[in-house]
Amino acid sequence: MLSPDQHSAAALALWEADQTKQSIAPLTESYPDIDVVDAYEIQLINIRKKLEAGALIRGHKVGLSAKAMQNMLGVHEPDYGHLLDDMFVDEGSTIPMSRFCQPRAEIEVAFVLGRQLQGPGVTVADVVRATDYVLPSIEIVDSRVTDWKIKIQDTVADNASSAALVLGGRPTKLTDVDPALIGANLRKNGEIVETGCSGAVLGNPVIAVAWLANKVARFGVTLEPGHVIMPGSCTRMVPIAAGDHIRADFDGLGHVAVRFA
Amino acid sequence: MSASSPVVECADILEAAVAERRAISRLTEKFPDLTLEQGYEIQALLAGRRISRGASPVGAKLGLTSRAKQVQMKCTEPVYGRLFSDNFHPGNEPFEVASLIHPRVEPEIVFVMKHRLAGPGVSAADVIAATESVCCGLEIIDSRYDDFSFTAADVAADNTSEAKVVMGPKMVDPAGLDLGLIGLLLEVDGEQVATASGAATMGHPAEAVAMLANFLGARGEAIEAGWTIFSGGLTAAVPLAVGSPVTATFGHLGSVTVRGI
Repeated sequence: MLSPDQHSAAALALWEADQTKQSIAPLTESYPDIDVVDAYEIQLINIRKKLEAGALIRGHKVGLSAKAMQNMLGVHEPDYGHLLDDMFVDEGSTIPMSRFCQPRAEIEVAFVLGRQLQGPGVTVADVVRATDYVLPSIEIVDSRVTDWKIKIQDTVADNASSAALVLGGRPTKLTDVDPALIGANLRKNGEIVETGCSGAVLGNPVIAVAWLANKVARFGVTLEPGHVIMPGSCTRMVPIAAGDHIRADFDGLGHVAVRFA
Repeated sequence: MSASSPVVECADILEAAVAERRAISRLTEKFPDLTLEQGYEIQALLAGRRISRGASPVGAKLGLTSRAKQVQMKCTEPVYGRLFSDNFHPGNEPFEVASLIHPRVEPEIVFVMKHRLAGPGVSAADVIAATESVCCGLEIIDSRYDDFSFTAADVAADNTSEAKVVMGPKMVDPAGLDLGLIGLLLEVDGEQVATASGAATMGHPAEAVAMLANFLGARGEAIEAGWTIFSGGLTAAVPLAVGSPVTATFGHLGSVTVRGI
């Protein structure tokens, strides 16, 4: 458990890393006593600072939702971060690499809510009822921690290693697909480099959205109509370099693509 | 076949290993110059002996088609093998693990052919046009080599680690499906161990079957009408252990389970 002063100092270190794109040593090395509650407090300090500067919350992301990632970090539940309006990038556009430290691509089934989801007690049935539609999406994750040497506390403090997201503008009703069994292919410069399935996320991304609604309720937060929820990746993440073209294809959902310069 | 050819000796060695349920050193240790072509000659010789004992050739299978399998086996060349009437294990019957040396299981998309396909020049479109239906399947593989350690020549000789195949119960017309985007969840004992899509095998399972038709065509053989084709593992193979059922659940194609006893 850290002191309020330490929370502020850690938040400032991450803020500056994000501003300068100069990654820092893991907080778990600089602050060995940091726990997950500290980490969420540090995340919120920087989110509040961005909101004060005019940013808007447009949704949330679930991280560490793949079993393999949880095993790698030695945790048994996902984490979450905030999606702000300045993180949304148009499909088909070119994103400058100067926005990132060490970006990687994930491909996800994005949920767009039509109704509020207020935990605790949100079930899978509530999520299905509250979902307006799903979209094909690419999340660009990034770590402000050098070489992605993250523990759970490091990624939570760093807004769940979020950076940007690209939504494909083709909506599909959740009731028209089996949300656990949407095959997904990640192409980098035309080549299929990863294949996966939407059920890589906790068995079904609907479960990830329910988990999120219940988790944020502990912080007094509600998922709002119009919010975008990124439930986690269908495949392993793929490193991105300048010049790369990343495309995601989903069974029944269509595709979405973006370029990096 | 020249007088000094090791083909007959290798065939005898493999036949004995199968009969005695015993793993052996790979053939290329004793015969370092064994070529892939000779590997297929050994496979054909053993197939002929099996047919003379009453087995019917009813299909074919592809191995080492996915990157996950190629990485696992340290072998980058796709290979093919033959399926006989006695390779098929009923879907609902438990499988006796001790009947094999060191069985592993891999999930595959299975083609049941309506028409004959003979290469060269067979395309993925030809494959779909010649297909009666597709279903999901699990292949139980069992290398005759210690630790599944082999070269392409070894594994071709060993009929690509053939043991048993299990077909899912739901037969589907492939015409309206993109088989490259079929989602797959693989579970062992109820725990998710891998996800993939149909694209994991050669970018598209129909491309893999086209390659098979062209391989066979180059040897004066063909995919015959009515044959069943296992188009290649979509994930790394997982061990088949007593009490740990392996289940593959596919988008559109349903699910299939092997329960080891």
